[in-house]
Amino acid sequence: MDGFRDFWRRYRRKTSAVIGLILLVFVALVALAGPWFIPGDPLDMVTQPFLWPGTDIEFPLGSDVLGRDILTGIVHGSRVSLLIGFSATIAALGIGVTVGALAGYFRGWIDDVLMRVTEIFQTVPTFLLAVVLVAIFKPSLSTIVLAISAVTWPAIARLVRAEFLSLREREFVQSCVVIGMGETRIIFRQILPNCLPPIIVMSSVMVASAILTESGLSFLGLGDPNLMSWGTMIGIGREAMRTAWYMSALPGVAILITVLALNLVGEGLNDALNPRLKNR
Amino acid sequence: MATESVRPAPARRSGRERLVRYLVRRLGQAALTLVAIVILNFVILHLAPGDAIDVLAGEAGGGTPEYVEQLRHAYGLDQPIYVQMVRYLVNAAQLNFGFSFRNNMSVVDLIMSRLPATLLLMTASILLSFTLGVLLGVFAARRVNSFADNAISVLALLCYATPLFWFGLMAIVLFTVKLNLLPGNGMYTIAANYDWFEATLDVGRHLVLPACSLALFHMAVYTRLMRSSMLEIYGLDYIRTARAKGLSQRRIAFRHVLPNAILPMVTMLGLQIGALLGGAVLVETVFGWPGLGRLAFDAILQRDHNLLIGILLFGSALVIVANLVTDLVYAWLDPRIEVA
Repeated sequence: MDGFRDFWRRYRRKTSAVIGLILLVFVALVALAGPWFIPGDPLDMVTQPFLWPGTDIEFPLGSDVLGRDILTGIVHGSRVSLLIGFSATIAALGIGVTVGALAGYFRGWIDDVLMRVTEIFQTVPTFLLAVVLVAIFKPSLSTIVLAISAVTWPAIARLVRAEFLSLREREFVQSCVVIGMGETRIIFRQILPNCLPPIIVMSSVMVASAILTESGLSFLGLGDPNLMSWGTMIGIGREAMRTAWYMSALPGVAILITVLALNLVGEGLNDALNPRLKNR
Repeated sequence: MATESVRPAPARRSGRERLVRYLVRRLGQAALTLVAIVILNFVILHLAPGDAIDVLAGEAGGGTPEYVEQLRHAYGLDQPIYVQMVRYLVNAAQLNFGFSFRNNMSVVDLIMSRLPATLLLMTASILLSFTLGVLLGVFAARRVNSFADNAISVLALLCYATPLFWFGLMAIVLFTVKLNLLPGNGMYTIAANYDWFEATLDVGRHLVLPACSLALFHMAVYTRLMRSSMLEIYGLDYIRTARAKGLSQRRIAFRHVLPNAILPMVTMLGLQIGALLGGAVLVETVFGWPGLGRLAFDAILQRDHNLLIGILLFGSALVIVANLVTDLVYAWLDPRIEVA
């Protein structure tokens, strides 16, 4: 608990990090409790189309080209964005940590093979690969999560590998080997916990970029057809942009706030977890 | 001893020879990566539910099972998987990525016809984002923790968090619809009778909004990198020496810090090419820019998987070439790097 208090003391020193955390908590609250306050299906047509924001108390943010409520869409869309952002990051962490840990711990040919594969995935333009994967495997929540994690894991793998390469030479690891500890245990119980700080920092930025990627995919019409996501809403609003630009503008602001919050939190975590670099 | 005196000691290879050897090795690596990417594409196509024949037969309004089998045989899809893979690789080596039935053109011709527009857009964005990034980064680093520095940081953070396609849409609303200043669709004015100068100007005007939208995110990346890179170099001993010599702040910043701080920027530039291509898909879709990205969007709508995979492969090849060029530029900029 002392460690946490110490961490919090360093985290809150940076105003932008605290602002980011507040924004993130707000978005998370909207995602968790919002649908309870604003029930209803965002895909339902509930009022007249092209209703401007502020003209009808019942639909404060107006309606889209088919008369679907925009506020409902944004509130329910926060669930989609956060769900995809976090699950894609967790999946990418699963692949990236495994690949990086194996490559960094065992070195030799395992390292060579895994790093070649990583390099290939880093060469292919990531967003284009995500587009191809989702388009070919048909858009759905799971294919989107898989596609995003398939293009983001290499960064984690490289990070974890570098950490493992340096940590495995330390004395505490050598003493584990001497007392005959199993390799799985050394990897997961001894070395991995020591590379958590950089992994945590990178994860928050990865959630942000996963949300951006998802919005781009669904803007291109590659979103889950049964869900209303922010990117989908921007895509729908695009058809009526000349007359009713608010339809695209509002969900875009929601993305901007969420991604900004995650990036600010990421920076704050970085400063709090790596005190040496606080002046950068 | 005698033999040693006959054969001259292996002198240090000339710089030129080393560079050639380095180039050959890097080209070999690049070729291997490309082959691996072709294999990856083959795997993706084969993991996909249904094969090309299902799509073809579906488009033709279905067909008898015998006809479908006949088609499978004609396209070699009844062969064992490794035979198919070798065929795919051989075809790829001959730049044969199939035929886009929707566009009635071979995939390679289609890509080649769209490549110049994308290259123009990407070049403009790179120039814009790199220049602005360097300028803003240097400006911020020289006044670290001042109001201007913080303002630039906030700006960079906002650009970092803005979906670029959304920014493009909003730019169209403002500059095209409301202010009527700049065109927001296509690459040139259709049916205009321009001479070459007016035509260039016309493309330039069409280029402004897409290039800015695409540059925004990368500008933020370069600004942040340039700032931290400058600050790191400011902390080095030789800068203290320069200060002790009594050099002006300006001279230190531009002659001593900047040339060294720009090195990581070159690496970043190479790494960003892939992201730039991905962004181009979105920006070209928003602005109806007739490049590879727009082609990819059309391929999604038309479920033209051959074309989509072809674009992915070309994009990857572009990234490989860009990385090669960056490495060479880097070796040229920083003589300390051993190329051999």
